[in-house]
Amino acid sequence: MPDDQGRFGQFGGRYVPETLWYPLQQLEAEYFRAQQDPEFQRELSYYLREFVGRPTPLYFAERLTKELGGAKIYLKREDLLHTGAHKINNALGQALIAKRMGKTRVIAETGAGQHGVATATVAAMFGLKCVIYMGAVDCERQALNVYRMKMLGADVVPVHAGQKTLKEAVNEAMRDWVTNVRSTHYILGTAYGAHPYPVMVRNFHRVIGDEARAQILEKEGRLPDLLLACVGGGSNAIGLFYPFLNDPTVKMCGVEAGGHGILPEQHAARFHGGSLGVLQGTRSYILQDEVGQIQLTHSVSAGLDYAAVGPEHAWLHDVGRVEYSYATDEEALGAFMKLARLEGIIPALESSHAVAECLKRAPKMSADSLIIVNLSGRGDKDVAQVAPKVGLEMPK
Amino acid sequence: MNRIEQRFADLRGRGQKGLVIYIGAGDPDLEATRQLALAFDRAGVDVLELGVPFSDPLADGIVNQLAAQRGLESGTTPARVLETVSAIRRDSQVPLVLYIYFNLLHRVGVREFIAAAAKAGVDGLLVLDLPPEESENYEALMSEFGLCPIYLIAPTTPESRIAVIAPRARGFIYYVSREGVTGMQAKVSDTIGDMTSRIRTHSSLPIAVGFGISNAEQARQVAASAEAIVVGSAVVNRIAELGRSPELVPRVGGFVAELAAALRPG
Repeated sequence: MPDDQGRFGQFGGRYVPETLWYPLQQLEAEYFRAQQDPEFQRELSYYLREFVGRPTPLYFAERLTKELGGAKIYLKREDLLHTGAHKINNALGQALIAKRMGKTRVIAETGAGQHGVATATVAAMFGLKCVIYMGAVDCERQALNVYRMKMLGADVVPVHAGQKTLKEAVNEAMRDWVTNVRSTHYILGTAYGAHPYPVMVRNFHRVIGDEARAQILEKEGRLPDLLLACVGGGSNAIGLFYPFLNDPTVKMCGVEAGGHGILPEQHAARFHGGSLGVLQGTRSYILQDEVGQIQLTHSVSAGLDYAAVGPEHAWLHDVGRVEYSYATDEEALGAFMKLARLEGIIPALESSHAVAECLKRAPKMSADSLIIVNLSGRGDKDVAQVAPKVGLEMPK
Repeated sequence: MNRIEQRFADLRGRGQKGLVIYIGAGDPDLEATRQLALAFDRAGVDVLELGVPFSDPLADGIVNQLAAQRGLESGTTPARVLETVSAIRRDSQVPLVLYIYFNLLHRVGVREFIAAAAKAGVDGLLVLDLPPEESENYEALMSEFGLCPIYLIAPTTPESRIAVIAPRARGFIYYVSREGVTGMQAKVSDTIGDMTSRIRTHSSLPIAVGFGISNAEQARQVAASAEAIVVGSAVVNRIAELGRSPELVPRVGGFVAELAAALRPG
């Protein structure tokens, strides 16, 4: 998967305006050439090791395990990567593709700002011009990351359309790409969009699962029983899950944003209130009304606040290979604080959704079972937003 | 022969160029859309494209985005656009194309949507984000219901792909004269003639050129290498300025009449 039309069963494909068809075909060809090119692979691993900081540890969360009194919990520490989240795996890979294609300018959308920071970082490192589109609401709630992108030399363009979050940022990035396609590569930040993005982004992130698989076999001598990861578009989750898909004993659960609960416009849980649709280049589960207008979403976490989910997740859901649950804002905030206090790790609000699911499941599992939670990012960017919600004040 | 094909055959017979006008449906409301359509018909418009408002119009520039937003705010749904088309049909046989994003068809079912559009009196669909490779049984359904599938060709479309698209199109081929979203431009692209002659080696359909034509002078220039020109944002901008003013229909109708006159001197 996918097939050569970029389809995962009935999901995926390439539903784009004509101007983008041929550039996507060129991107597809170049990406698959690069994938077979040992020199490209060598360069990618070099930068992943020396610049990004791979491999990341698979850390045994001893105090959390003891507290929950069930399964043994490991954390895949993507939060320790340069720039603070898994997003840089893909941003780096695509920047190398952009260079191969002779593009001098890269653009990206960002929700929480982690993909924007990762893109701005690789653009600075390779000397590429960089423009980041970010919803105006997200610019406000993730201000730290806006400063980081600007310091790295990127132009950050706030998007004021619609609900001013991730979906609108993607629309605006696509408009830029349609207009500047000859000079520009669009570094799409999640396993979403038109073919080849979902497969390319997955492949750049599968390093997460490949490492985790080898690490757990080394530490425990066996495969894990359960993998947990948050799902916005779904890039960190597919990166962790993919190398385990053929291991039938490994269960997997993607955790969506339950927001205020599963009521219209109050959440971003596409598998719990979404339906089949076509948005931003691909066919998948989306949150829409009865005539096909895209619905508003809500999540405390900007990175999960999105109306559609990656097509491969839609397929894994329908074939029953992966289960998808959700955590509410409140549960995510609880998990955020718990991990900080018990393990000395402040997780991103996005990753906190996966931790929240772990808090529910680990106590029901036996002490000899194993869970891997993908800690996809660190929470520095979220502290200003979380502090008032958990009653923290500046000392006077 | 549906109305679009008939109109282009008539134009060819008279040796005239066609004028295609785009507006956002429901901007400022659907009654205004109906009146504008009738005014355009009187002004000599050959094809009217009605944009069906969508929440995420990613191929559109800011002018059409705002029109879509006004359309949504006035309560415009695909079903109400079709009701308006039926109302226009009581007084006018102007060829009508819906300019639409695929999710709005997909949601109700492609067959159901096409059947309803045909029944209302629509003559063609231009589905922005449905390339021929994804169209599955769309063309067969369009043909079954007598509608023209209108396809776009862009400056980035290579010859090999023109060969794929052109034979699937009916009515006319829409050549997007620049890379970018919809909107006005100061200068007309100078590669238009080259691309339209390349398209002609793969199709005998009329070619309409659009994306960025904003005045009579540009209309004349572009018409030299095409059978028709498309004007959208320049009209939508005037609608935006006038809004619910009683001057809306006469003023916008007047602008469109000027464009028609520029194409058909004397």
